[in-house]
Amino acid sequence: MSMVYNILSLGIPFSVALLVAALGENFNQRAGIFNLGCEGIMSMGAFLGFLPAFYLKTGPLAAHVNLLGFLLAIAAGVLLGLLFALVTVTFRASQGIAGIGLQMFGWGVAGTLFRHFVGGVTGVEGVPAWAIPGLSRIPFAGGVLFNHNPAVYLGFLMVPASWYLLYRTPWGLKVRAVGTHPRAADTMGINVNRVRYQALMLGGAMAGFAGAYLSLCQAKMFADDIVSGRGFIAVALVYFGRWSPLGILGGALLFSLAQTLQLSIQVGGIKFPYEFAVMLPYLLVILVLAFARKARMRGPSELGNPYDREMRV
Amino acid sequence: MKTASDPIQELVLKGITKRFPGVLACDDVSLEVRRGEVLALVGENGAGKSTLMNILAGLYHPDAGTISVNGKVVHFRTPSEAFARGIGMVHQNFMLVPNMTVAENVALGSKQLHHFMNLDLRGARKRILEVSEHHELPVNPDAYIWQLSVGEQQRVELVKTLCFGAQLLILDEPTSALTPQETDDLMDRLRRMTSELSIIFISHKLNEVKVLSDRVAILRHGAVVFNGRTADHTPAELAALMTGHEVTLPRNESGAAESEVILSARQLRVRGDRGHDALDGLDLELRAGEILGLAGVSGNGQRELADALAGLRRVESGTIHFQGKDVTNRPPVRMIEAGMGYIPEDRHHEGIVPSFSVKDNLVLKDYDSAKFSFSCFLRLGEIARNAEALRESFDIRCPSISTATGSLSGGNIQKVILAREIARRPKALVAVYPTRGVDMGAQEFIHTRLLAHRREGIGILLISEELEEILNLSDRIAVIYKGRILKVLPSAGATREQLGLLMAGVVHE
Amino acid sequence: MNKVKLLYRACVVLAAALAAALAGALVLRTIGASPLATYATIFTGPFADKFGITEVLVRAVPLILVGLGIAISFRSGILNIGGEGQILVGILASTATALAFPGSPKVVLLPLMLMAGALGGALWGGIAGFLRAELGVSELLSTVMLNYIAAQFYTFLLRGPMIDPSELQTGSGTPQSMRLPRAAWLDRIVPETRLHAGLILAVVLAVCVYILLWRTTWGYRLRAAGAEEKAARYAGVHVERSLIAAMLFAGAFAGLAGAVEVSGVHHRAIEGISSDYGFSGIVVALFGGLHPAGILPAAVFFGVLLVGADMTQRSAGVPANMILVLQGVVILAIVSAQMYINNAYALERFARLFRRRTEQTGAQS
Repeated sequence: MSMVYNILSLGIPFSVALLVAALGENFNQRAGIFNLGCEGIMSMGAFLGFLPAFYLKTGPLAAHVNLLGFLLAIAAGVLLGLLFALVTVTFRASQGIAGIGLQMFGWGVAGTLFRHFVGGVTGVEGVPAWAIPGLSRIPFAGGVLFNHNPAVYLGFLMVPASWYLLYRTPWGLKVRAVGTHPRAADTMGINVNRVRYQALMLGGAMAGFAGAYLSLCQAKMFADDIVSGRGFIAVALVYFGRWSPLGILGGALLFSLAQTLQLSIQVGGIKFPYEFAVMLPYLLVILVLAFARKARMRGPSELGNPYDREMRV
Repeated sequence: MKTASDPIQELVLKGITKRFPGVLACDDVSLEVRRGEVLALVGENGAGKSTLMNILAGLYHPDAGTISVNGKVVHFRTPSEAFARGIGMVHQNFMLVPNMTVAENVALGSKQLHHFMNLDLRGARKRILEVSEHHELPVNPDAYIWQLSVGEQQRVELVKTLCFGAQLLILDEPTSALTPQETDDLMDRLRRMTSELSIIFISHKLNEVKVLSDRVAILRHGAVVFNGRTADHTPAELAALMTGHEVTLPRNESGAAESEVILSARQLRVRGDRGHDALDGLDLELRAGEILGLAGVSGNGQRELADALAGLRRVESGTIHFQGKDVTNRPPVRMIEAGMGYIPEDRHHEGIVPSFSVKDNLVLKDYDSAKFSFSCFLRLGEIARNAEALRESFDIRCPSISTATGSLSGGNIQKVILAREIARRPKALVAVYPTRGVDMGAQEFIHTRLLAHRREGIGILLISEELEEILNLSDRIAVIYKGRILKVLPSAGATREQLGLLMAGVVHE
Repeated sequence: MNKVKLLYRACVVLAAALAAALAGALVLRTIGASPLATYATIFTGPFADKFGITEVLVRAVPLILVGLGIAISFRSGILNIGGEGQILVGILASTATALAFPGSPKVVLLPLMLMAGALGGALWGGIAGFLRAELGVSELLSTVMLNYIAAQFYTFLLRGPMIDPSELQTGSGTPQSMRLPRAAWLDRIVPETRLHAGLILAVVLAVCVYILLWRTTWGYRLRAAGAEEKAARYAGVHVERSLIAAMLFAGAFAGLAGAVEVSGVHHRAIEGISSDYGFSGIVVALFGGLHPAGILPAAVFFGVLLVGADMTQRSAGVPANMILVLQGVVILAIVSAQMYINNAYALERFARLFRRRTEQTGAQS
């Protein structure tokens, strides 16, 4: 029983980075753009989230380092999202390759700045858990659900918030239109490119948040491989979740459980090679993609296609 | 969209010029429309009508010229601005987001319903019902667009444009996907709307122009060649003005000889892209040396039939026999080898590889043959020679045989496809909308060729939306409706009215 | 018009390179390094001596091989990002083969282990090809996942079953395989340097790839399927088979690159051997216009960048990760530029501007 408790109480915070990054990517894809550079944005977010905590540990701002870290990471995410928008929306570049370019860029810059400003792997205090008074005392469920750091609660709140934004606001309507029939949206006076820019910046901001979460809340340190594919998994999660926030939540939980399973296996003493356990989430992604064929047909039909008004229909 | 404050008394286009790479789409065009008038914009495919209207609707920017409303010059930088001034356009391909409801589509374009964190769908529904009642255009605000038929979608487009406060309605080929009866219905409604709106409609169907318009402007090669009152001219005069010379397209005069059946389909059931049965027990027979015209409103299974015959779509049940052999569900490469030719609907993305050169596209189906390759090595010399020869005999206008085929004009791309298919000496040829979007000269060429090859004994299945083309060229005419052949009749003696009724599914004995 | 078109393309590529250099300069400034000094070291450092020049070519060899494979795959319509993983599997396959037959003569063992490497990579690439062709799985995601899986598998084997027994004895536990028998080594072609016969192999294969893609019916099929899938299907091309074949090729080339690295440079399987050639290969392929004639010089250019970056790390303390930054920006710049290269409008406007300028100057003189 305690193994289940461990898996669940670990799995929930483990899923936040994936969840938030995927929710952000969902906005991108609903608007018609897939951003493989999510991984690079998360790397930058992880580093920038970590930086204030490392540099300003002593000093007047010490109490606010975590908040600063998150803000810095989100700002970087917005900027990188903007860069990606410039390349894929204005320059109409091939989104897949551009995404890989952004990933290399983000990863490279984060690594370079890390080596220069920090040097070696060091830990930070990170964000402590904040038990919700009352609810956290419920046996079993209290520990699993209500005894986490605030970023976890924030992350999960983003699920209903994303849902509302996408389905109940004018902006969400525009995003959905732009990803399915941009020409129709254009004839109705919607600035297709502007909406796509906005979606990419929002997606970038959320990926930045997710990165900062990794370094400040989950690992409480920074290293080159701290993201190790989560950004790509987030992109896959959007397909798996059928472009709906609820589906993405399910997918994120599933994948993080696969990751914590790996840890529990080690702890539980089951003889299973470490490397194979680490492989699990990536294998899972492939399996999930392989069996999610029908989903692809219901996705935003203009996903991956740039929009050119002057192009003769 | 706010409704425009003052009504449009007069709209004037002056000196509008627009260039696309390699083509002058609009050449110093000047037109005017007055309140309550219906102006028909006529011309062959490619004459520049759609481009001109897209400029008026704010989608394209003119390279030169002005638009003025009620005497004041206006610049439409975006469709929003055109809408704000009361100009609304219903495009040939509907501008409706398929996985949203009618109300959501209208809400999308109605800025006054966009409150920061809340979308006012109720307001949209209210407006839709108001407009729909006023103009007698019944629509259901909560229906999803993908659930609606083509005619219903068109109604939604009209209602939507009116909800946005359009006072000048631009309609681009509004009847291309309608049966003759639905067309008459639409013409009626539009006539009634002129009490409140002005209308510009684009068409190349002269009889409709005669029925609906007050004035008619004719475009040829992007320039206005005629602008006058419709009542003063006959359709024949207008046709001559449209093409610039007395065009008589070639007609099929000789009667069909009784020959053997080379291609037959029995009880075909084929699924369409959305999972429904596009062909539902279809029977068809094509004889050698005849042209069988397939008439029907687009969307009744033509594409699926052509795909199935070429081996590109799975046949769920039923059989296809070609030259006596069962070829049902054989892969495309076998059908090609057996001598089946296919001129596809999507010439730009299916009939050619746009980035390949003309000479490479001319061997698209034969690169593997002994003529053009030696074991697995391509015979570049032979390929080039072949291309030069075909370029001559089919009069393909291109800078060189190494030019990327995608950059050629529609008519020339079609010639490349035709040249390739014909040169392979097929036994049967399926031609889908072969002259759509092609200028008169190329059309004449294609028709002449088809008739010539008919005489040589090739069986041709001609699928077309143009009743005239079918009546002119076919020996027999089959009408397709909801995935079945409703009736096959000899073309001699067939009339438009007869075919129109059949196309709408009405059969009397 | 052709001269104008060439000039236009050159201007676009130059603009892209400039953008990349500027972005790189920005990052360099942030870490307090002088961009000019760094770029100077990168571009001149490698040419200081014979060793430097041969090192450039040593780096170029795997880049050429991976780049060729990527060119085949991209032109066939399937984006192979899995070079890293395919290289690793190639290394494992070739090392295992070489170690399994230690007594064989060179003329047998060397080709055998190279082929094993190619087959291993082909297998790994083929998985992604199959997933895409038959199950519609985006190869962008599947190849990236396969990279991570291959990396774990590689570490597992090198720390476990394939570890050099002498490591266990001495207790140092460095994850590396046994040294390969001499018969499996690619010979050095320039003494006292690391330049090996793999270079000749790479150049020969470049010519073969050209012939394959543009002179054979197979190449015609691959290119047609990659350029316009609908039309290829219409023409009777079996698109699924084409996609799988393209991934098999791409994987084989990457696997071969791995095998060549082991056989020519390191002589054993170690960690960090792939050093991002899988990703750099993509950049090389794009920079070389997906054509063997462009890939060869592009690979040399990137060889210069890689060797130069190592030098700046040692001399100026600029971390080697800068290379990733530059590569990322180069990719972004190139794909952005492609829009301008293929944009007929922009070309026409440029041509008109050019004509007006030359007419003006002509009128003045």
